Amino acid sequence: MKKIRAKKAVPSLPKEDLKRELKISAIDEGTVIDHIPTDATFRVVEILDLENHKGVVSIATNLQSKSIGKKGIVKVGGKNLTQDEVNKIAIVAPDATVNLIKNYDVREKIKVKTPDVIDNVVKCSNPVCITNNEQVPTRFYVVKKDPLKIKCHYCERSMGKEDIEIKH
Amino acid sequence: MDFKNRDIISINDFSKEELLHILKIVRQAEQKPKSSMLRGKILAALFFEPSTRTRLSFVSSMEQLGGEVIGFSNANTTSIQKGESLWDTIKMTEQYADVIVIRHPLEGSARLAAEAASIPVINGGDGSNQHPTQTILDLYTIQKTKGKLEGLNVGFVGDLKYGRTVHSLVMALSHFNPNFYFIAPDELQIPENYLDDLFQKKVKYHKTSDLNRFSKELDVLYVTRIQKERFPDPLEYEKFKGIYRIDQPFLLNVKKDLKIMHPLPRIDEIDKSIDDTPHAAYFEQAANGIPVRKALLALVLGKIK
Repeated sequence: MKKIRAKKAVPSLPKEDLKRELKISAIDEGTVIDHIPTDATFRVVEILDLENHKGVVSIATNLQSKSIGKKGIVKVGGKNLTQDEVNKIAIVAPDATVNLIKNYDVREKIKVKTPDVIDNVVKCSNPVCITNNEQVPTRFYVVKKDPLKIKCHYCERSMGKEDIEIKH
Repeated sequence: MDFKNRDIISINDFSKEELLHILKIVRQAEQKPKSSMLRGKILAALFFEPSTRTRLSFVSSMEQLGGEVIGFSNANTTSIQKGESLWDTIKMTEQYADVIVIRHPLEGSARLAAEAASIPVINGGDGSNQHPTQTILDLYTIQKTKGKLEGLNVGFVGDLKYGRTVHSLVMALSHFNPNFYFIAPDELQIPENYLDDLFQKKVKYHKTSDLNRFSKELDVLYVTRIQKERFPDPLEYEKFKGIYRIDQPFLLNVKKDLKIMHPLPRIDEIDKSIDDTPHAAYFEQAANGIPVRKALLALVLGKIK
């Protein structure tokens, strides 16, 4: 019987490049969001509207992390997130690290900062708020950053982190 | 201070100085009730849900100042029934009027209306959120009957959980160094986020379910109705109905100059025998709706500074 030899996965990369390749996956240019609390990973994807992103998006959850237990990573090919976009994810992942990548190298690190105003990201938890009954962008003011407390610009209802639902 | 074109949406939008300025103009409006300063001006009164007092006092105030009123008091007779959005209704209305008063069951509707309109918008009540003209008339009543706003001991009794008049008055009075007494069963006590706010502003407060516990301390007692419509379960309502009653025996243990207020309508929280005592301020409070609304209309239309 003829033996079939398995093909080597990455046959030609030098050792140094192989290490780098594994660490940052297939992204040569774009953004890597690391240290997302694992259960917030898909909310980050939602907030950044990556479902409609035309480039490569890699999502990993339940990865082991020394600092936060289980974590998620989202890698967005061909897109550099802006500070405003990064701040949007502060609602669910305040301690995430955001690296902008170019030619497989970290070109810039951006810190997530909780913004003072959150525009059209969060859904109001008050069912009789006008924003849940008429097509209108939501707006919330950050009353307290830790623990997060936000207040609806329209109905003035306060919400804690546990009430926060991302707007679709 | 210029209020021309300013929207009156939430009591939280006003500083202490602005509130005091408004109260000064209210006093002027009360002292000089006859004027035709709003002749040629049109108020659009958009009442998407029923209201007697607020609507009639706005209509009367506008007409007393020589202005005219258009609008509706039942949304079923309008294009809203055809599915028109609030935004579009306001965009249409602003073509026909100089100022809008809106009452709407959805919370935040008045804020949205103000964003849609280029003319001033006054909130006549948005669900259980805000009713700023009521709060200003409550403040005015306290200032007038007590001679001051600073440093008063103010009790609130009844439904402190859902009562928007209570929430707004608490926020407005917290500018004036008060002591608050919140009297309600645990289930109807004032929500924690208001207490957090008072704590941050270093305002002193006490919570109790016993009406008589602090009665001797009070300068003002603000009584509210237990609102049947807020209870999903009628049995729950029965449990709290009639729980507090201000009657003659209660008056035996209060300050001589205690003033009792109520946003009305009342059910049985205040016995009718109180009406003729010097403590009763609730009918005067209701009457203050006219000078308050006159002053606000004149201010936002730029006829008074």
